Amino acid sequence: MNNAMDKTTNNGAPMISFRGVHKWYGEYHALNDINATVGKGEVIVVCGPSGSGKSTLIRTVNRLEPIQKGHIEFDGQDVCSPNLDINKFRSHVGFVFQSFNLFPHLSVTENIELAPVTVLGEKRNSARERALKLLERVGLASKASAYPGQLSGGQQQRVAIARALAMNPPAILFDEPTSALDPEMVGEVLQVMKQLAREGMTMMCVTHEMNFAREVADRVWFMDHGVLIESDTPEEFFRNPKSERAQRFLNDLRSH
Amino acid sequence: MNDIINIIQDNWELLLVGQYPHGPIGGLAVTLFLSLVGIVLAFPLGVVLALCRLSPFRFLSWPATAIVYVVRGVPLIMFIFWTYFIVPQILGRPVAGITTMLVTLVIYQSAYLAEIVRAGMQGLPFGQTEAARAIGLSYMQTTFKVLLPQAIYNMVPAIISQFVSSIKDTALGYVISVNELTFAASQINANLLTMPFQVYILLASIYFVICALLTQLARYLERRIALRRAGKAGASAAVASAMQQANV
Repeated sequence: MNNAMDKTTNNGAPMISFRGVHKWYGEYHALNDINATVGKGEVIVVCGPSGSGKSTLIRTVNRLEPIQKGHIEFDGQDVCSPNLDINKFRSHVGFVFQSFNLFPHLSVTENIELAPVTVLGEKRNSARERALKLLERVGLASKASAYPGQLSGGQQQRVAIARALAMNPPAILFDEPTSALDPEMVGEVLQVMKQLAREGMTMMCVTHEMNFAREVADRVWFMDHGVLIESDTPEEFFRNPKSERAQRFLNDLRSH
Repeated sequence: MNDIINIIQDNWELLLVGQYPHGPIGGLAVTLFLSLVGIVLAFPLGVVLALCRLSPFRFLSWPATAIVYVVRGVPLIMFIFWTYFIVPQILGRPVAGITTMLVTLVIYQSAYLAEIVRAGMQGLPFGQTEAARAIGLSYMQTTFKVLLPQAIYNMVPAIISQFVSSIKDTALGYVISVNELTFAASQINANLLTMPFQVYILLASIYFVICALLTQLARYLERRIALRRAGKAGASAAVASAMQQANV
């Protein structure tokens, strides 16, 4: 699978680019000089030990975390620009949380149509129609009128993915989407994500699911202590990790 | 016991509605009117105060915080005196006792409701705010479409107990001659002269029964909400359908 290179070069401008990105929490250097790009249609898996800055990194893309230095561009827009209409911008960036964060007072359909109706001013009827289609796509058409509290974790996360898709984002960011799930529910969520990847969605995904990385990722980014240490195809990364830290990380994963 | 029954037989109209329809309405009707209308008017004010307190803008949060602190730091009866003497001065004309009491209760209750709503908002997981902002909702949209409905729903039991305390608070209207339940009871006592114990036991029982019933309702709702939060299907389905009906 050599298309990682092709995707970045063929489609010209990258979907997401980090240039010299730094972030500090007080004294703590959470992100240290990140330089990387995500091409259009590319699937990036970000991995690394806990506290390495993976989640922080993807949260900078829709400015849930502000950065102190550097530049981030998303689909040609300067994320850090003070002139950015942040709400409009965020509505175009799909984001899926570890803990789903569905709105418990709204039904599944209402969760999905909230942003299209509120942010884009879409008519409720057409938003509902699309919400039902999206639910079908994530295999939950039968749960349209259920409330999040009635769903399993895996189902909730699939609804959360549908909610992100409702705004037709050019890319979706996943922040450990399966880490809060019971093991038997991980598969159904990964299934939906694989489907998205096959359909050509640009994805940046923080995850510990190395089989998912092997199967779907175009490139794996390995982070440690806020530094992006490696960026390689999954074949190369898993067979032949270059840094000693990545070797140790993979060994630790395997020994489980 | 016979005495109490006799008192009820002779005075139940006075206790329920005062001299109405031959005179001004009073008794339990006024007590319930004051507490119910009071809480209904205080609620939106309380929400506004809470939102101001939580606002990132100091010109909103500081005055709101000051109001809440001052109101909560003063006994209600003093507040009643303030309104009683100051409002007619401001308006330049006398004000009915019932209006004075209502205004006082609305201000007083709104400060307490503000704290309830604020606690409800702050008790929500931060992930709710993040998720709302991540799909592009503005601060106001996040507040009104995501946070406030959840906070109020979760706080329904606390709001009901505030209602209970406002029912008891209306008894203080007695000091400015508001024609409410306690006032009616004291009129009865003044007529009978010899049975204060029986009259005031009766008065206490009426307050107790109403407040106990409402407290039970609050506890019942509290259990339902706890069940729903835990995601128990039966409870949540019932609540869900209730909420759906409310939405329609």
